[in-house]
Amino acid sequence: MKIGVLAIQGAVREHVTALQKCGEDVVCVKKAEQFAELDGLVIPGGESTTIGKLLVRFGLVEPILRLIAQGKAVYGTCAGLILLATRVEGSEQFLLGKMDIAVARNAFGRQRESFEQELPVPVLGKEPFPAVFIRAPLIKAYGSKVQVLARCNAEVVAARQDNLLVSAFHPELTDDVRMHSYFVGMAKGN
Amino acid sequence: MGMAEQGTFCVKAGLAEMQKGGVIMDVTTPEQAKIAEEAGAVAVMALERVPADIRAAGGVARMADPEIILKIMDVVTIPVMAKARIGHFVEAKILEALGVDYIDESEVLTPADDEFHINKRQFTVPFVCGARNLGEALRRIGEGASMLRTKGEPGTGNVVEAVRHMRMMMSEIRKLLNTPDEELMSFAKQAGAPYELVCQVKRLGRLPVVNFAAGGIATPADAALMMQLGCDGIFVGSGIFKAKEPRARAKAIVDATLHHDDPSLLAEISKGLGEAMPGLEISTIRREERMQERGW
Repeated sequence: MKIGVLAIQGAVREHVTALQKCGEDVVCVKKAEQFAELDGLVIPGGESTTIGKLLVRFGLVEPILRLIAQGKAVYGTCAGLILLATRVEGSEQFLLGKMDIAVARNAFGRQRESFEQELPVPVLGKEPFPAVFIRAPLIKAYGSKVQVLARCNAEVVAARQDNLLVSAFHPELTDDVRMHSYFVGMAKGN
Repeated sequence: MGMAEQGTFCVKAGLAEMQKGGVIMDVTTPEQAKIAEEAGAVAVMALERVPADIRAAGGVARMADPEIILKIMDVVTIPVMAKARIGHFVEAKILEALGVDYIDESEVLTPADDEFHINKRQFTVPFVCGARNLGEALRRIGEGASMLRTKGEPGTGNVVEAVRHMRMMMSEIRKLLNTPDEELMSFAKQAGAPYELVCQVKRLGRLPVVNFAAGGIATPADAALMMQLGCDGIFVGSGIFKAKEPRARAKAIVDATLHHDDPSLLAEISKGLGEAMPGLEISTIRREERMQERGW
């Protein structure tokens, strides 16, 4: 499997390390011609407005939409979750708009309200998952094709819709690679 | 479900990790903050004056008026940083109370303490600090900084000091990686750095926190140069709003930071940006007036 990590800005290195730990061939991608060969793509955390603008500016929207249309697995963390959403409350920023979710940005508050917390994520097994939330978004509403994977205080923080996976938290900042290996499983057709 | 923990090292350093590969811009008004956000900045630094104006004004430079910072926080969705004087833990507490996302304990302002820095571990909000070499960097991390930047020489539009500091940092890290374990204590002693952090850098093969370039970056080529020298992202102080066409320049510096390794794209990006900020030759600034000398 060849998994790409969108290398515009943000926690690129951490995703590369986590995917390599899962035994995958990982490449950083930031040019349009690099996407076609991928079996899956991670859109990392960072600033969603910045990443969105640069996707548009450098012609990367089409290649990513093509991957999604081909059924390749795409995983968005934090900013990546926002970019995959169809709607973001109170914002007109650019979105890829492929996952049927409504998102609130900075939903917990500012940086001083950022936190880490162990959460149950049933698809990853019995052990709780160390979830790191940094100026994190929340999924406030979702369509019928969306499967909820994790909640924090009753709010949805991880979800899947067919070949799309999103989490409001950052597994790449921890040593726990279960989210990444779940994603690799999706790329392999699970 | 476990207990929620705020202000942990992971959460503080994590925000800096999310800024990697991005550009953080100094702004003094809500209008400038909007221009920075539209250009693709990953954060803004809210200030009363940019470093070039602080340098020109002389006197004592202090934390910005909270009203300015709050107005800027109101108009952008990206993180907002603000500066406190070195050692001025009350300015820092005020900035934390305002809800800024990152505090820069900065040599651009006049130090409030000529011996001690802020104990940054006492705060929930994360800190960024300037450093010219590995020892200074690890002392700041030891005090609780979760992000670093080169000091450079702020407000000069002259990149030479930022280059010197980045090269020094990378060269010392390379030296450390080749130092056998039994020599690490003496290495720590000579560098003036906490021993445990010296060991951690050797184990990781890099600094345990993000290190941006700052101090004198004025062009897209400057930003790309610093990225190629190994920094994780770029601070631009006076370089944008002291230039003739701030909008075009801000966007070009963001683009150049992303495509720092592609000379033909950089050529395209650098075209027709109007005049850059006026530059200052470092030798014309007396040593005691150099901001980089502040910090202990």
